[in-house]
This record gives sequence, C-alpha cells and structure tokens, in this order.
Amino acid sequence: MNFLETFRVSFEAILSNKVRSGLTMLGVIIGVMAVILLVSIGEGARVYITKELTGLGTNLLIIQPGKTSTSGGFHPPSAGTVRKLTYDDAQALKRRAWLLTDAVPLVFGTGRIKFGNLGRDTMIIGTTPEFQRVRNLYVDTGSFISQGDVDSKAKIVVLGTKVKEELFGDQNALGKVVMLSDARYRVVGVMRKKGTSLGMDIDDVVYVPVTSGQELFDTDALFEIIASTPRAEDTDRAIAQIKDILMKRHAHKEDFTLQTQGAMLDTMNTILGVLTAVLGGIAGISLLVGGIGIMNIMLVSVRERTREIGIRKALGARNKDIMAQFMIEAMTLSGAGGIIGILIGVGLALIIPVFIDVLPTSVSAWSILMAFTFSAAVGVFFGVYPARKAALQDPIQALRYE
Amino acid sequence: MIELANITKTYRMGEVDITVLSDVSLKVRQGELIAIMGPSGSGKSTLMNIIGCLDRPTSGVYRFEQREISTLSDDELASVRNVKIGFVFQTFNLLPRFSALKNVEVPLIYSGVPARVRRERAIPLLEQVGLSERMHHKPTELSGGQQQRVAIARALVNHPPLLLADEPTGNLDSRSGEEILKILTGLNKQGVTIIIVTHDPGVAALCKRNIHLKDGQIVGDQVTA
Repeated sequence: MNFLETFRVSFEAILSNKVRSGLTMLGVIIGVMAVILLVSIGEGARVYITKELTGLGTNLLIIQPGKTSTSGGFHPPSAGTVRKLTYDDAQALKRRAWLLTDAVPLVFGTGRIKFGNLGRDTMIIGTTPEFQRVRNLYVDTGSFISQGDVDSKAKIVVLGTKVKEELFGDQNALGKVVMLSDARYRVVGVMRKKGTSLGMDIDDVVYVPVTSGQELFDTDALFEIIASTPRAEDTDRAIAQIKDILMKRHAHKEDFTLQTQGAMLDTMNTILGVLTAVLGGIAGISLLVGGIGIMNIMLVSVRERTREIGIRKALGARNKDIMAQFMIEAMTLSGAGGIIGILIGVGLALIIPVFIDVLPTSVSAWSILMAFTFSAAVGVFFGVYPARKAALQDPIQALRYE
Repeated sequence: MIELANITKTYRMGEVDITVLSDVSLKVRQGELIAIMGPSGSGKSTLMNIIGCLDRPTSGVYRFEQREISTLSDDELASVRNVKIGFVFQTFNLLPRFSALKNVEVPLIYSGVPARVRRERAIPLLEQVGLSERMHHKPTELSGGQQQRVAIARALVNHPPLLLADEPTGNLDSRSGEEILKILTGLNKQGVTIIIVTHDPGVAALCKRNIHLKDGQIVGDQVTA
C-alpha cells in the first residue's frame, strides 16, 4: 500500500470530522505557539541585554573597591575597611598601564539640581574627559569636562538632555548657573540624546568633573574606575597589568574587584538562557497536553472505525497498513497543528514588540525547528498507542462491531 | 483446492472452553458451488472465518491450494485474503465515506496496484454488476441490492479463485436477492469457486452441493444434480 494513498485516507478521515479535528489540533497549536512565543521573549531579552551591554563601549574593565568575588556579576560598591580607590589610582593606571587606552575614575550619586524655581532630583556622575570615549556618550552642544576642569575642581556641569529640557525647556542652557546640592555650577554643555538603557534613563544625568564630584559627595574615594583596552585579546594581560599596578599602590593587597564586560555578559547570558529554557519548558508542558488530546481523539477514532478496520483487514490490509493509516492521521493532526502554531507564534512574536515596547522578542530558527520537531514527535509518540490498538484488532471481532 | 482435515476450534469463555467446531474435515474442488447450512450456533460462521483466513483453527490442518494456512502469520493471512479470497457479507460492509468505485478499488490498494490501473480494473466490474451509472455514489445513496452488487464487484476485483458469501441475501428483498444469486451462479459458471453460508433453503437449492452443520460437526454433505 503506497504512502500517498494512506495519506489520502487519513486526510479524508480528518476532514470528515472537521470540528473534532480542529479542536484536537488547537491543543497542539497552543502548545507550539506558546513554545515559540515564550522562547522568543527569552531570546529577545538576551539579545536586548547583550546589545545594551556592548553598547556601553567595548572591552571595558570595571574596577571597584573591595574584594568581593573573582567571577563576574553585579556587586554593590562596597565601602568600609578596605582601602579606597582614589583618583591617584586612576591616574597611575592611566600613566603606567600601557595596554589600557583609558582609565576613567567615577563617582556617582543622586542630588538635586535647581535652576530658578525649578528643581529636579537626578543622577550626578563625576568623571574625566575620557568618559565620552569609554562609554560612547558624547556632548552635543557646548563642551564636555576638560582635564583642566578636573585639575582645578571647576564648578561646571554638563547636562543630559532630559535634565536640560526639564529645567530650561527650549531656552539655551549654556553659560547658565544652576544649583547642584547647594553649590553653584555653570552649565558648559548638553549631552547628545541617548534614551534608556537597561532600565536607566541615560539622559536623566548630569556630569561634573570627578574632583568636584568628590567634593559634592564629600568623599576622597572613587566608586569605580572604568578602564578600556583596544583589543579583546589583550584583556587578560590588561587585567594582570591593572592588578600589578594597583597592588603596588595598595600595600600588596588585592582589595579591589575587577570585572570584565565579557564576564558580565556571560553571567547575563547564563541567567537569561536558564530563563528561556524554563519558559520553553513550561510551554512544552502545554504541548504535551496537546499530545494527550491527540491520543484521546485517536482512541475515539479507532473505536468509531472498528468496523472499517475489520472490513479493511478482510480485504487484505496488513497490520502495518492499518497502523500506518492511524499514525499518519495522528501525525497530520499534530503536524498541521504545529505549522499553524508556528505561524501564529511567529506572528505574535513579531507583533508584540510593536505594542509592548518593554517586551523585545527575537524569533530564532532553532526555536521554530525545535517546536515543530517536538510537535511531530508528540504526534508519533501519542499516535503509536491508538494506532497499535487499531492494527491489532481481531478482524472477526471488528467486523461484528456495531 | 481447499482441504480441511480434523479442524477443531475452541473458544475460552471465562473458565470453560466452548468447542465451536469439532473435527471437521472437508474438501472443496475448483469450480464448486456450495451452500453451508445449519441452525444458529452450529459453527457455520466459525467455519466460514477459518476458510476465509480470518481465523486460525485450534487444531487440525487447513490447506489452501496445497499451502498450509494454519501456521501463517497475520500479514501472510492478510495477503491470502487479499489475493485468493473475495468476501460478500450479509451487511454488505462497504466503507461509508467512499464512493462505490473507491470501495471496489480498496483490495487493489492493499495489493499495491497504482491508482490508474485500479480504476481501469474496477470500472468494468461495476459495469458487469450493472452499476456503471451509479459508481460515484456513496453506499448510503444506494439500495441494499445495489450495495451488495458493489460488494460483489469488490470481492472480484483481485480475481480471487474463491468467493465466500455469508448470508448474501439475508438483508435483501426477494427480488434483489434473486438478482444477487443470479450474479453469483453466473460467476460460478465462469469458474469461480463459491461457498455460501445461508439459512434459506431456496438459496441452498441453487447450489450443487449442500453441507449441513450441527453442533460444530458436519451432519450432511449431499451433492445434488
């Protein structure tokens, strides 16, 4: 018995019971759709975060005071008994670590900025001119902090676009004097608009020279130093160099933590990979339930067609012919359900980000392939039992069945 | 052509064994037209199922064209049914979703005959049983007599040497029944061996040989002129 004929017979059986077949398929459709959709959301989050992290600048090394752990991840800047990182540390790195292009000292915190009768709580970052290059954030109008400003603890401030708009509206902000935590600062520049990244509004920030920032926050320490190496291959040697220089300055104690951007990316990827797998797994369960639905309806179908099975057997159908007929029926149900599920899933994955911009999605070929393979496998797995039951019917009993 | 030697069939019903056929021996030659008669429960159907390779005897030997049948596998039996035996049932047993033509083609599907050849072989048979105009109708659109004629065409499509008919006229009015019997006797004249299971003495009277079963044993085997 040829395959095409078996397929036709199975297809006719499916079509002769449209509502039932449709509902059975719906289980698989929803399952496949859920797998694709949830995996797309997980993947989307991963792609988004990778993009955002690399968008901060490439090959960054972040040095924070305090020894927390050697692996990547986020650590709160720790304070306390450890020796602080100082501006001089950053200067030493800049001078002596020749593998680094930059070593940018940072202090940051929140403070109130006022102009006239308008005030706003915002993030204040104290840094040096190289910050622009390292973080890929550039000044739009006016100028950024200069080395001279850092050296002289100049009371100047560069505004993020959001802060500028809130305080000055359409007015020109350059040259105006604002109050920053009760000190007078002169606006020398406005940053280029950047938008939000990883949930932080990069435009809702003001920049001051790092030395002025230390004064503002009443500290002589740095919160972190961002260093960058031009080439990814040099990262390990650059780390060694930083450690060497800083330990000499810190009484030969490694009382600081070095994080590479790669390690942070790896950590995020691991977390999001697990998240995606969990989401996919949950969706997989619904696909499994869909498969049970197929088995259920196939058992009904076998019972209903007991007499047909008997007739076919009397006319010379072998067990495997009957088996094939019902297997193909089950696989057609799950396969068609799988394809429809893929179409709906991919469609939703493409539409969702248009309406909900906090849910980036990324449809990956492997999730489609996996969902389809899995749905076909569900058809095979849950089709075997009913098909076997059909194939092993005793022809005499089957012929007598009313 | 067919030889049954000491065929016994027992079914196990719970704790007790029920012997449906006991020690039945029978020889059928090519071209015979035989009626198997007997009251309900006499073992007619079981004998028919065994001859039709739908069932295996508990003991005894069944040879079909010198071939030992009782030891064949399910698939080998299916192939014997497909090629060597045509079935006509009391309740016609057509596939309800298929047209008459498609129903006739079914045995050929399982012989691996390509679709075009299947049609070529099925159409003349439907013409032969006088249904050339109704071959695209589904069984529900046909009368009982017409359905039975489709079933006969289906039984013949693989040119089997043996035709088994189980009460072929049992569900038909007398006129349709007569037509069916005319077709069957006509086929027998063309050389097809036919075995009919029947209650109807009128049907039996048309057959050259009458076998009577009672309580699972052959109690009479007469050849009429």
